[in-house]
Amino acid sequence: MNLENMYQEIILDHYKHPHGKGQVEKADAEVTHVNPTCGDEITLQVVKIPGTENFNIFYQNQGCSISQASASILFDQLNGKSLAEGEIAVDHMVAMMQRTQEPDEDILGDGIALVGVSAYPARVKCALLSWMAWKDAVIQAQGS
Amino acid sequence: MSKLDVAAIQADFPILSRKVRDGKKLVYLDSGATSQKPKQVLDAERDFYEQRNSAVHRGAHQLAEEATDAYELARKKIAKFVGAQPNEIVFTKNATEAINLVAYAFLNATLKAQFGKPLPDGAQKFILKPGDEILVTEMEHHANLIPWQELADKTEVKLRWIGLTDDGRLDLSNLAQLLNSKTKIISLTHQSNLLGTINDIDTIVKAAKAVDALVLLDACQSVPHMPVDVRKLGVDFLTWSGHKMLGPLGIGCLWGRSELLASMPPFITGGSMIETVTMEGSTFAAPPARFEAGVPMAAQAVGLAAAVDYLSAIGMEKVAAHEHALTELAIEELLQIPGVRIIGPTNTDNRGSAISFVVDGLHPHDVGQVLDNNGIAVRVGHHCAWPVCRRYEVPATTRATFYIYNDDSDVFALRDGIIAAQKFFGVSK
Ligand SMILES: Cc1ncc(COP(=O)(O)O)c(C=O)c1O
Repeated sequence: MNLENMYQEIILDHYKHPHGKGQVEKADAEVTHVNPTCGDEITLQVVKIPGTENFNIFYQNQGCSISQASASILFDQLNGKSLAEGEIAVDHMVAMMQRTQEPDEDILGDGIALVGVSAYPARVKCALLSWMAWKDAVIQAQGS
Repeated sequence: MSKLDVAAIQADFPILSRKVRDGKKLVYLDSGATSQKPKQVLDAERDFYEQRNSAVHRGAHQLAEEATDAYELARKKIAKFVGAQPNEIVFTKNATEAINLVAYAFLNATLKAQFGKPLPDGAQKFILKPGDEILVTEMEHHANLIPWQELADKTEVKLRWIGLTDDGRLDLSNLAQLLNSKTKIISLTHQSNLLGTINDIDTIVKAAKAVDALVLLDACQSVPHMPVDVRKLGVDFLTWSGHKMLGPLGIGCLWGRSELLASMPPFITGGSMIETVTMEGSTFAAPPARFEAGVPMAAQAVGLAAAVDYLSAIGMEKVAAHEHALTELAIEELLQIPGVRIIGPTNTDNRGSAISFVVDGLHPHDVGQVLDNNGIAVRVGHHCAWPVCRRYEVPATTRATFYIYNDDSDVFALRDGIIAAQKFFGVSK
């Protein structure tokens, strides 16, 4: 395992130029997830698209390249998606980190580039932080 | 003073000869989290299990006698190492438990007094009244912060803290106001595990004595690294962990003045800490047994005594001088890398070897990952001192800590690793 496997060019691109960072005044749900061992933090909001089951995503975060790139990829994959659609991607991402599933580009898009992280257990949490936050937020928004 | 023979020391630590990350030499710069163990310590522990293993203070057989002797001899050696009497040393699981033991002495004394229950003579010092204050500092490890926050939450006591200056020192400008006649105890660290700052304990002790406040010193980062003598320090309690000073995991120490320990109610209760027991109630043993409920960690105590022997054979003055030289070199090398900023004092006055830094444009996790890829073990994160990171407005830091088995080449490896990280992420200046 070498560093280039974990920090693929595509990951570094997302890290340096993250997609979709932003904030809205009024969201249907807002969650803050932290990784207490390292201080990585994301505040993620979801806003329901009227007349659909779909949600737009807004987020602010700080943290390492993996957690930031992962949030940017999450935005690309799940912005405007429903819980049912997004859950498939979240579950797939978790399974990829646990190495129980081969990465599938149709489901994860650029997220497949995060596969190298699975070799470093201490970093898996960084990669999953935003995905867990999204699921949490959408479930909360649906409940309300 | 002659120099440490680092090569000979390294040869005593089996783990230092293993390879990491595809055959790289291990450069261990995380002793502040836990130190490595020399074979002398491992052998002492193994010998205990192979020759004397039994429950101390419980059996009437030869093994129990020998185990008890070994345990109490360990207590003697460890006490002597910090200038204390053996009956003033209480063994705990770690420093965290030792600090909690004192915090809970306050809570338990306060509760018992409230309900009119019997307390040991002299327990007044531990009974909290509304308006009393407890003082800590902004540079504490969570182990010396949360127990006091919890105590304040369960009583009508106010928790206050001494702030920090921009250069990583305690801001003592308003000490007289913070440490006042309402202060029951000030609990502070000897050396910050994040900043490396060594605090001026003389000043604190003088101010505390003037208002009759107790002083607890968290010596986790000092006892392993410099000569520490409890009588010279003049504090009331000293707490530290064995695993940071070449000793085994699972043992920590509380030193307390004997009259204070005698006046404290117990923390964890059960077997081995009692005097008499009836169904109606019990009375408790004198310290240190009062605070050592259950079958104790005898093998770890024996291992820690071997660690004390090992450090004493080197000499703590020499250990401190060695680390001082490495710290000086590391600060000099790191400050020469454009984009690297040290969080904490940038000179070696009253400073230990914990060096935290941030690299412009890079998150500490990513710095740590590149270092790890080069075989260099550092710690990244907030180092269980989150308020310190908040104070200096950094989300986290990368931290290197040095010990007796480190040498100049480790400092250079660190420097080269940081430069490699900057290159890898394209943020070199
Ligand atoms: C200054 C300081 N205090 C307290 C502790 C807590 O020690 P332990 O986790 O061994 O109880 C540490 C260890 O990280 C420390 O560095």
